[in-house]
Amino acid sequence: MIPKQHSSDKLVIQVLAGGISHERDISLKSARRVADALTEQGATVIIREPDGNLLDYIAIDRPDVIWPVLHGATGEDGALRDILALTGVPFIGASSEAARLAWDKSIAKTLVSRIGIQTPVSVTLPKEAFKELDADAVLKIVSSSLALPLVVKPARSGSAQGVTVVRNIEDLAKAMIDAYVYCDVAIIERLVQGIELAVSVIDLGAGAIPLPAVEIEPVAGNFGFEERYTAGETNYFVPARLSSSLSERVARTAIEAHELLGLRHMSRIDMIVDESETIWFLEANVQPGLTETSLLPLSILAAKQTLGETYYSLAVAAHRGRG
Amino acid sequence: MTHEQQQQQGLNLDQWLGAYAARANTLSVSEVRALFAVVSRPEVVSLAGGMPYVSALPKELLSQSYETLMASRGDIALQYGSGQGDPVLRDQIRELMALEGIHSSVEDLIITTGSQHGLDLLSGLFLDEGDVVLAEAPSYVGAIGIFRHYEAHIEHVYTDDDGMSPEALQDRINAMLAEGRKIKFLYLVPNFGNPSGVTLSESRRHQILEICKRHHILVIEDNPYGLLYFDEKPPMALRSHNEDGVIYLGSFSKILAPGFRVGYVLAPPAIRDKMVLANESALLCPSSFSQMMISEYLATADWQKQIDTFRGVYRERRDAALQAMHDYLPGVRTTKPNGGFYLWLTLPEGIDSKAMLPLAVKELVAYTPGTAFFGNGAGHDNLRISFSYPTPDNIKLGIKRLSTVINLQTELLDTFGHKGGH
Repeated sequence: MIPKQHSSDKLVIQVLAGGISHERDISLKSARRVADALTEQGATVIIREPDGNLLDYIAIDRPDVIWPVLHGATGEDGALRDILALTGVPFIGASSEAARLAWDKSIAKTLVSRIGIQTPVSVTLPKEAFKELDADAVLKIVSSSLALPLVVKPARSGSAQGVTVVRNIEDLAKAMIDAYVYCDVAIIERLVQGIELAVSVIDLGAGAIPLPAVEIEPVAGNFGFEERYTAGETNYFVPARLSSSLSERVARTAIEAHELLGLRHMSRIDMIVDESETIWFLEANVQPGLTETSLLPLSILAAKQTLGETYYSLAVAAHRGRG
Repeated sequence: MTHEQQQQQGLNLDQWLGAYAARANTLSVSEVRALFAVVSRPEVVSLAGGMPYVSALPKELLSQSYETLMASRGDIALQYGSGQGDPVLRDQIRELMALEGIHSSVEDLIITTGSQHGLDLLSGLFLDEGDVVLAEAPSYVGAIGIFRHYEAHIEHVYTDDDGMSPEALQDRINAMLAEGRKIKFLYLVPNFGNPSGVTLSESRRHQILEICKRHHILVIEDNPYGLLYFDEKPPMALRSHNEDGVIYLGSFSKILAPGFRVGYVLAPPAIRDKMVLANESALLCPSSFSQMMISEYLATADWQKQIDTFRGVYRERRDAALQAMHDYLPGVRTTKPNGGFYLWLTLPEGIDSKAMLPLAVKELVAYTPGTAFFGNGAGHDNLRISFSYPTPDNIKLGIKRLSTVINLQTELLDTFGHKGGH
């Protein structure tokens, strides 16, 4: 149960959306959903583009709270959050420091593994590494030590952009290139087969609360960009079809990851549970998607909450400096 | 769906999934389309969309048309109209088409909501699942989308700097007939084609018409750019040589403004009758207001001079684009169009333009990957640059950035020994 946060005067909330990132479109869609939900709660919502006029917009709008509904670089890498912190206006979501750690999948994996959370074995390689060494030899040693199938992904990216499942060694080079067009650092990770899960976490200041886990079952087998954003191409089970003990372990893992990474107000932790019921951490999402096909809103509704009340509670928590 | 059903079958976010027609499967979210969202940021130079430069159209010309229209025929402009379109405008279109050698009756013209709508009506009339549409290689992305939606098979025909090859067309027709397939029409953008920028030569026009006549194949001639030539006029329209076997599509989107959404179709009488009924069925009638605004503009403004202005603007931009190609991408082959909006580039071996697009977005330049212009997955080593909308300085900047992107991608491919190419 998400506790409701009340504020006597309705807040003025500036929603930042768009940006120059590969996920601009998703950000705009998320932001419009957020604005609709907050407006229904009586908040005054102004959507702004984070461009050269940002500080002027803040001076004009005089928001009580800013919600950077920005995906991808600048929005999630901590840079913009640093600037927001300097303005003194409270904002929803992780601090810049936490965002910087969680946004980089390889850093997040390293950190969570230190507290005993399992994460698929992987190597993280900047593209310069391949320039200096013989690429063929590196790919051979990587694929033989990790064993196929593999997942190749940009270290800093979202919405499954640049992600490839590699089942044949001859496809690995192309997968690397497809990841490097998004980010100069790529992760090659052993593919873990199992149940794909997303656990959203809401944190209003009185402790992080796990929402019901979403089990993801793409109709065509792969949860790529199209499957994420085309309604009908994925089936979701909310709550996930897990035993109660496994469900509790999954929720606990999500909370541990959220707290360890220092995330605030909300996050989404993506995991896989394999046949032996081992839980594998894949990544943490600093600003989860909030579109009509996104997973965090599904979890909120499954928890019998409304999007408007939950989003508004996040704004109130941020305004009070909590979470 | 009940909670129990949801727990058994899972929650599908489209509860009507089982209700769609089979052709709805041709529609899905595209990652490339999502990447294009960045082009609205001013930092990004977009060489992607084929938008006309409407800023070159003096708005007072349209203000005058509006004032006169409202004062004289306002009630008619705001009312439903004829399903075939405004007869006055249809008569004026005859004058426009005469510039390209077409002589027709006003009775055979149908006004549509852009020529894209005309193409959709024609596809609805002619295409069953699996029917063959012959098209240039590459062909217009909007037409490919419609043909796919009607579940047609798009058979591309080899096209070079003189347009579609008649020999290749004959070859493809033979191959399709040998497979027992039904060919419904040949779709062509013969003047300054989208995306290639090439123009079908005079001699090939006659050869292609002859081949299609022999095989009783209808030709759809889509001609939005014909009046936007830079140096010399293109050959006369295919329709000027054949009244019965050619359907002609025209548009005001490029010679006036796309915001009106007015196009037109000239079709043989039997087809025209069906198109009018289909038009009425889909829309009741095209926008009376848009048609009468254009009619007023054509009657009162010096529209030929305005087309000259557009030609000058686009010629300057074409020159800027070709100069920038010479300066920054001398090793990349480009077409050299004599009109229209586009350059068609052939990239160095192994570079996949679609896979490279995210890198281009990072470098703040956008283009349209070549694969968009094929219905068969080809076009990886091509891309389309549109020079119509950005200023000459921005065109140069965009192509300079594109050269950086191509160099970075080449470097990546070199690193991986070109194993990551397409």
